[in-house]
Amino acid sequence: MNKVNTLQLLSGNEALALSAYHAGVQVATAYPGTPSTEILENLSRFKDIHAEWSTNEKVAMEVALGAAYTGARAMVSMKHVGLNVAADPFMAASITGIIGGLVVITADDPQIHSSQNEQDNRHYARLAKVPMLEPSDSQEIYDLIPLAFDMSEQFDTPVLVRTTMRIAHSKSVVNVKRSRTVKNAQPAFHFNVQKYVMLPVNALPRHVLVEKRLLKLADFSETFPFNQITWGKRDLGIVTSGVAYQYAREVFPEASFLKLGMTWPLPKKLIKKFADGVKRLIVIEELDAFLQENIQAMGIKVTGKEFIPLVGELNTRIVTDNCVGAGLLPESETVKVIPPASGMPRRPPLLCPGCPHTGIYSVLNTIGQRSKLLESKEPQEPKLIIAGDIGCYTLGAYPPLNVLDTTACMGAGIGQALGMEKAGVKSKVVAVIGDSTFMHSGITGLINAVYNDGHITILILDNHTTAMTGHQEHPGTGLSAQGEPAAIVDIESLVKGIGVKDVKVINAFDIKALRAGVKDSLERPEVSVIIVRGNCAVKVKKRANPRAVDAEKCTQCGTCLRLGCAAIQTKDGVVSIDPTLCAGDICTICEQLCPQKAISGPGKGN
Amino acid sequence: MKKMDLLVTGVGGQGVVLASDIIGETAIAAGFDVKKTDTLGMAQRGGSVVSHVRMAPKVWSPLIREGQADLLLAFEKLEAARWSHYLRPGGIAIVNMYEQPPLSVSLGQEKYPAQDEIAAALKRQTDQVYFVDGTGQAQKLGNVRTLNLFMLGCFAAFAPLEIDIWKESISRFLPENLREINFKAFEIGRKEIEGGRIR
Repeated sequence: MNKVNTLQLLSGNEALALSAYHAGVQVATAYPGTPSTEILENLSRFKDIHAEWSTNEKVAMEVALGAAYTGARAMVSMKHVGLNVAADPFMAASITGIIGGLVVITADDPQIHSSQNEQDNRHYARLAKVPMLEPSDSQEIYDLIPLAFDMSEQFDTPVLVRTTMRIAHSKSVVNVKRSRTVKNAQPAFHFNVQKYVMLPVNALPRHVLVEKRLLKLADFSETFPFNQITWGKRDLGIVTSGVAYQYAREVFPEASFLKLGMTWPLPKKLIKKFADGVKRLIVIEELDAFLQENIQAMGIKVTGKEFIPLVGELNTRIVTDNCVGAGLLPESETVKVIPPASGMPRRPPLLCPGCPHTGIYSVLNTIGQRSKLLESKEPQEPKLIIAGDIGCYTLGAYPPLNVLDTTACMGAGIGQALGMEKAGVKSKVVAVIGDSTFMHSGITGLINAVYNDGHITILILDNHTTAMTGHQEHPGTGLSAQGEPAAIVDIESLVKGIGVKDVKVINAFDIKALRAGVKDSLERPEVSVIIVRGNCAVKVKKRANPRAVDAEKCTQCGTCLRLGCAAIQTKDGVVSIDPTLCAGDICTICEQLCPQKAISGPGKGN
Repeated sequence: MKKMDLLVTGVGGQGVVLASDIIGETAIAAGFDVKKTDTLGMAQRGGSVVSHVRMAPKVWSPLIREGQADLLLAFEKLEAARWSHYLRPGGIAIVNMYEQPPLSVSLGQEKYPAQDEIAAALKRQTDQVYFVDGTGQAQKLGNVRTLNLFMLGCFAAFAPLEIDIWKESISRFLPENLREINFKAFEIGRKEIEGGRIR
């Protein structure tokens, strides 16, 4: 790529990918997860590097670590909960160190826009005793990433870069001023048992090195160019990092700022100097009191989480109002807002029209008599307990489908289902998991269920993609992240190989077959797997013959409406199907279910 | 140089994100500092979508705060009302007359707000409310997907951005075979507003 010098509007993730490419990254790995997905998507377009979707974040970390051992520059990216999955090799990377730069991206999701929890991954830097960078916009990401690789190599450590949803997904102006340079074009692995083989005899001396490294990094952070004091009025000093800096800067245009681009280890002298230079010191940070507590531990008087919320994203209104409450701003600064318009119907996320999950969920809803669960006031055990997992199909928990009883983390459903069965519940237990999630962490749960004589039914909803994060490839799709043909891991053979005797493959759009299949599996005293197969509707380009409702035959019984399909609508009591939304021939679930046979395609039934 | 805080809203699948991307690129080309952020929730399709676009000599927060948006560009009526509290007093609202009932409405659990309720929600902040028939105009052009360029045209009538810069940035986002029909939609949108400015 030639040197360019232009202003581009880039999201944090786009800037990160471009910067890593320019910094000479040779191996990039990831498992998709909001808000980190676009990093690897963008990197996969560069054909002179290896960019892969790994089966999960743990594997992604291990692949990147192996690459870094050879002197290649490597980067692994994941969402915040991905680092939980990858924590084991991440801790290992800290103690062995690397040769080529290893940059680990954690993209946190304050406000839980699309996650199962709200978790502040800055704690991982402290836990693993590795340096952490926190950019506050796309330009800073672009400027910081090469420093992260340099730092990694200079100090023999992985470097954690923490973004948040608002940094990763916001677009801002980037001056793209570098081109690609590769530091070590011919990587090689060198024999070094003391460094790489973490037997106790080697690991304890390595721990000593880790502690020394942290002290050196603390010195380094004192003069790190992205840790910067901007002196304003001295009556208020604000320590901040990441996107919180943007909010704080807008709300307090005249205050003094210590903006930290490197938030672990902290520059103690610089913080002391700043604290001594201002009358009142506060921290404005999202989620936990990470900076605040560490500054307090230095014996410096500082407040922050006394008035800045621990939960959710910040914004300028939240910062303003809470700082007014803390006496840092005059009452007159309170944001005067009118309330949202009242009585507006919500628009929660839904499965798409033509979604291959709708049919099986409709079947589970009726077999499990799930609609009754919402009416009962007493606590009750569902007739059919359905352990869920993470993916588009988690949306089945919403009405009108109401088909999930649990959702914890990637791959948890199968283990949870077995646990309930072994605890001795009276109801039948099933687990629902998507194809990509099954590859990620469902396989070990299935092996466990087979080994421990489970009697559960596992539904693998195989839509042939990683849908929720925007259709990434995985080991079952036959394509690599870079669009090359890839070996296909066949789910059916895999499941059989594990030892499951009852394996059914059923068309996701055949209601009768789905109902018969589920009923059969539920009666079996063994682990039963049903692979429910149908392509993701968003991936199917060809749409033909939208269905229509015959108003004369329709009795407004509501059966089709209980699918929760956005294409099926009512206006003034009349049911109709929006032809611009209906998926037509690929789906026909509503047509199969209509008791009045009032739904049909063109050329039929009229 | 002026500044503008713009909220673009609609339903997933309507082209809100592409429209706000084009606006952002156009504003950079015009010399503004720009920040743009989308809130999509989890849905691929059918959920409420809102995009914040801020242009000024220097932008800090990527998020516009409530009561601060100079302009609300809504691709769907209910979404206009939902985000009406983001408008500043005296701001401008451009609302596509299209209705996409949420599921709760189809199930009969909630009611889709009547036209005067939507207008009333907006008029709490401003009298400058423009209702336009973008979906109808896009259908007339033979491609409903031109709705976003029609809406961009409506916005262009108020934006501090030269028309030539628009043309250039739009061209960069659209494949050649779709440019002509989309330029047409853009022009129809612009004229729709300019023809009915006094309201």
